[in-house]
Amino acid sequence: MAKVILENVSKNFGRVQAVKNFSLEVDDQEFLVLLGPSGCGKSTTLRMIAGLEEVTEGKIYIGDILVNDLPPRDRDIAMVFQDYALYPHMTVYQNMAFGLKLRKRPKEEIDRRVREAAEILGIQELLTRKPRELSGGQRQRVAVGRAIVRQPSVFLFDEPLSNLDAKLRVQMRAELSKLHNQLRTTIIYVTHDQVEAMTMGTKIVIMKDGEIQQVGSPMEVYNYPVNVFVAGFIGSPAMNFIPATLVQLEDGVWLDAGNFQLLLPPSKAERLQDLKERRVLCGIRPEHIQDKAFASKRPKGSTIEGIVEVVEPLGSEVFLSVRSGGHTLTARVDPQTRAKPNEKIELVLDTDRIHLFEQETQRRINTE
Amino acid sequence: MRSIASVVNRKSSPSFLKILRSRRYAAYWMVLPLFILIVGLVVYPFCYSLYLSMLNKSETKWVGLKNFGRLLGYGTFWLVVGNSFRFTLIAVFFKATLGLALALILNNLPLAGQRLWRGVSMIPWVMPLALSSLGWWWVFEPTHSAINWVLVQLGGTPKPWLSDPFWARVSTIVTNIWFGTPFFMIMYLAGLKSIPESLYEAAQIDGAGAVQRFRYVTLPMLSRLIAITVMFSTIVTFANFDIVRILTRGGPRYTTHLFGTYAFNIGIEAGHLPRGAAVALFMFPVLGLAAFFILRNIARGEE
Ligand SMILES: Nc1ncnc2c1ncn2[C@@H]1O[C@H](COP(=O)(O)OP(=O)(O)OP(=O)(O)O)[C@@H](O)[C@H]1O
Ligand SMILES: [Mg+2]
Repeated sequence: MAKVILENVSKNFGRVQAVKNFSLEVDDQEFLVLLGPSGCGKSTTLRMIAGLEEVTEGKIYIGDILVNDLPPRDRDIAMVFQDYALYPHMTVYQNMAFGLKLRKRPKEEIDRRVREAAEILGIQELLTRKPRELSGGQRQRVAVGRAIVRQPSVFLFDEPLSNLDAKLRVQMRAELSKLHNQLRTTIIYVTHDQVEAMTMGTKIVIMKDGEIQQVGSPMEVYNYPVNVFVAGFIGSPAMNFIPATLVQLEDGVWLDAGNFQLLLPPSKAERLQDLKERRVLCGIRPEHIQDKAFASKRPKGSTIEGIVEVVEPLGSEVFLSVRSGGHTLTARVDPQTRAKPNEKIELVLDTDRIHLFEQETQRRINTE
Repeated sequence: MRSIASVVNRKSSPSFLKILRSRRYAAYWMVLPLFILIVGLVVYPFCYSLYLSMLNKSETKWVGLKNFGRLLGYGTFWLVVGNSFRFTLIAVFFKATLGLALALILNNLPLAGQRLWRGVSMIPWVMPLALSSLGWWWVFEPTHSAINWVLVQLGGTPKPWLSDPFWARVSTIVTNIWFGTPFFMIMYLAGLKSIPESLYEAAQIDGAGAVQRFRYVTLPMLSRLIAITVMFSTIVTFANFDIVRILTRGGPRYTTHLFGTYAFNIGIEAGHLPRGAAVALFMFPVLGLAAFFILRNIARGEE
């Protein structure tokens, strides 16, 4: 149970700057997710918190204690590795008891805590087995068990679900969230999977090239991405981006994308006074584009025409790839759509949900 | 069970070439050369020496187990038995320990230096044993002994390296350690490289210091490799011939003879070939036991 604070932390590997000037406050009991593409420095950040990697610059505090010079064992943390890192020659029980044994805890206490942790995770029957006799999901649970036995004040997870199959991943996601509620401990969780981040995190940190792009709750980063990178990274399928020009006419502010025009709702347009006649990137999520036949409302200047390229039925919804002029848009439409490849279709965009970004800086233009 | 003939007969055209090509028999054809080699170089000589060991000195008469019985009555034979076990136990122990220590040191070196030192430390092993034994003979040999020269320079007294029983044994064992350590080192280095780094990191977070990481991660992860290399080296060391033959010829007074050199001594130098064969055959139970443990270990690793 502790806060974690990183102050201007940097890490260089030779000439490679893996983490740059990273400042972050993780509140007590937070489920913080470090999210970003491969190689952006998530693991390095986590490993610096764990003490497995020295910081090049900056300070790290765990529970108000400066830990820069403390070895991992004195940082009151536990870590779950991507490959689980279970000791292959020890049984599940010995794996879980190892940390306590090294700390010379009494036998009865070790036994009680191992069994408690095993019960929480439902692995009581596995205690006498060796790791190689376990399935991937069971190993994962043991790795988590080994961490919770120690009752640390901060849990560190490095992509713990990436070696599991899709179905098990969904299940473990729910279990980890439940565990977080049960243990009420600070968790710092690294992943490159935005679905994991959105479903489990109470706060998400999006990183790119060793730098923080945005910090916020899952809904904040989904609804108000600060730049094109975050907007494209969060959400699946990814947001559509259309280069366009802002044009002021008598009836309002229009987005001119060449072969189609969209009318910005007045509430958004009001915030744009100084930006008229500028080149922007218009972002719209697939879930905010509907087949016209099923759209609940079709305000003026919200409809575009295109040719259907691909139809991907997923049962509960259908993904369409639609070409309109030089742009290809992904739309997530009603499953009853009659769209067929190579046929014309009319789509309605929810213009209230349009995001605008400056083309030069890629930064969000605030319209809320 | 179906006979091979019936399987062949069921085929539509049971031509010989077809049988050759069929997958079923391909495996047998592939191991055939190895099989011939083993029969020619191992099975045949072994059976022949069994036969030979039961003849009289002039190889004209069948004498049964008399040669073996005679040997058991010789004090010299028991001296050789003791020598062989002492030589093997001490040499293998030091080779394994030094090999592991060197591997640990090398593994912790920066990668660039590692390659260089790995190459350098393999030199004793890649040199032909007979040649390097000659080199060591110069080191120990009384008239030009390099060690004695150093000892004298440092103000000590020269030692009779090869003519005193104790020092002669030390010399042969040291030479064997020098030759055999790189094998252990390279095996253990490969073993160390195969231990995932994250195990050490997990142990570090669990609170293990350097010694505990060695005790609880490195050693158990290498245990099977250690067992196999020790057993394998036991076989090779027990059957050593070159070093003793070149450094001491078994002397002084048989105190450094091993099974191999003693068999040569009796069979070739003293001209009693059948009895020499009997000496060599006494090695069989020891080597067989070691081989059994190796194979069992490997089989267990594969399950
Ligand atoms: N030990 C190291 N030596 C040199 N460079 C390193 C080292 N560890 C990481 N890097 C570099 O630092 C950068 C960040 O690596 P890091 O492992 O933190 O990425 P990541 O975000 O965890 O990626 P992934 O999702 O692929 O695990 C990468 O460019 C990587 O090449
Ligand atoms: Mg990583």
